[in-house]
Amino acid sequence: MANALADPESGLTPAQLAARHGLRMAGERPSLSRYTRQLWQYRHFISAYSNAKLTASFSNARLGQLWQVLTPLTNAAVYFLIFGVVLQQTRGMDNFIAYLTAGLFIFNFTQTSVQQGTQAISGNLGLIRALHFPRACLPLAITATQFQQLLGSMVVLLGIVLATGEPITLKWLMLVPAILLQTIFNAGLTMTVARLGAKATDLKQVMPFVLRAWMYGSGVLYSVELFAENLPGWATAVVQFNPMLVYIELARAALLENTPLLNSSLPLTWLIAVGWTLVMGVGGYLYFWRGEQEYGRG
Amino acid sequence: MVDYLAMSNDVTVTLPRIKERIPTVVVDDAHVVYRVHKGAAGSSSPVAALKRMVTRTSAPNVRQVHAVRGVTFTAYRGEAIGLIGTNGSGKSTLLRAIAGLLPVERGAIYTQGQPSLLGVNAALLNDLPGERNVTLGCLAMGMPPEEVQRKLPEIIEFSGINQRGDFASLPMRTYSSGMSARLRFSIAAAKQHDVLLIDEALATGDKKFRRRSEKRVRELRESAGTVFLVSHQLSSVRDTCERTIWLESGEIRMDGPTDEVLRAYDAFTNGK
Repeated sequence: MANALADPESGLTPAQLAARHGLRMAGERPSLSRYTRQLWQYRHFISAYSNAKLTASFSNARLGQLWQVLTPLTNAAVYFLIFGVVLQQTRGMDNFIAYLTAGLFIFNFTQTSVQQGTQAISGNLGLIRALHFPRACLPLAITATQFQQLLGSMVVLLGIVLATGEPITLKWLMLVPAILLQTIFNAGLTMTVARLGAKATDLKQVMPFVLRAWMYGSGVLYSVELFAENLPGWATAVVQFNPMLVYIELARAALLENTPLLNSSLPLTWLIAVGWTLVMGVGGYLYFWRGEQEYGRG
Repeated sequence: MVDYLAMSNDVTVTLPRIKERIPTVVVDDAHVVYRVHKGAAGSSSPVAALKRMVTRTSAPNVRQVHAVRGVTFTAYRGEAIGLIGTNGSGKSTLLRAIAGLLPVERGAIYTQGQPSLLGVNAALLNDLPGERNVTLGCLAMGMPPEEVQRKLPEIIEFSGINQRGDFASLPMRTYSSGMSARLRFSIAAAKQHDVLLIDEALATGDKKFRRRSEKRVRELRESAGTVFLVSHQLSSVRDTCERTIWLESGEIRMDGPTDEVLRAYDAFTNGK
């Protein structure tokens, strides 16, 4: 009101005019702390969205939610038939079926998160263009959905472990922190591939091959002793640092007695697991945040 | 309208009343480009694809659409602005850019607060019941869960989907197109907005619902600083907006009082 006599804004450029009245750039990337706060405010959306996705994925099947348990069970049966019965991969291992299913379910958790993560942005452009929310909600919701799936798988796994005569020990409790570490790792990885997949749509085609190679490098289907026997020393050392192998070994060490492990020292395995969780969790989040303002472009 | 705002404020009544115009949306030479994947069309043989990779030319099945080309205007508090233009002239794209949903390629768009886009296309999950979609949609707009619970019956009631039996608990894929459009609009209209962008949202549903939704939009307008309305129904632009911007091929063809712009637009479309 002080500048009442003349129109004070006649000579201003649009940018100066905007600055004068405190207008902000549309779609500007929020600061990291603000983004994190926003994301926290949207936690109910993340959990509601992941629950909804879980319900929706089974809504057309007659058996409904039962598939959450049936899918891992069938999966384990097929792999056991091929690798346990036909190919005789057991190699004198005490409890091959539990060894196999532990690896399979833990790996599947990451695999499915990554597969769906590549489409987290590109498959939800309608939602992104219609509504305003921190985009990290989408990859995080995918991780949360897969986490719930994993819980179903873990019930099956514990059943198999008990049925194959393993004792219940205190070591079982190790499974909880191991899975939590892997979940954070998955969240970071899912956010990373979500940003990559938003720009490079070919990633969806490439991903299955990357994931299959990763699966063979993680000792899921056969004894990890094969790595040490057949690979040169440096290659075995590389495999020892493979995050998926590490998370799988932690689960196997927790549940199974006398199971073959590639990493002989358990504390070192935990250290590698925590390291990967930090690198991937923080790195993936930062990487995703930096692309925030571009996701609507498609 | 500005005078009215000043009157309602006790402190400013005694001052000489001039029209201080407070900008809420400043669009400065904005260009919006988006990329569309056309799918495998034309010469998409593997050899051609390899050649493109080697020579580093962009793939022909990615097309850049330069939808908004250098638009500049300023919108002030208390204005209702109509956006008109033929199909594909960039109206909806411009709204999305103002809402911050599409990034600008060049230029800048400044806004007061967070503008809300009231569209009918908010993608929801078709396999889930209507109620669940309401909850999800409201949470996605940033409503706290308690408020969502409180508003849920209101929104269902407003949408009128339960007029013929209990449809709210059925999956959305069983809805008719009119019903799901009504539900989506009801969800979007449930929130208070600062700057309100309305994209063809009034055109859905039957006559009864349209009257109800127009009333709701008027209520929303009263609480919002600035309203943008995209519509092909010129009558609704004439009824609600005093200023109109006419876009053609992504550029501003005319910007002025609604009557003048609509007359010119009529002459243009009839002359074609």
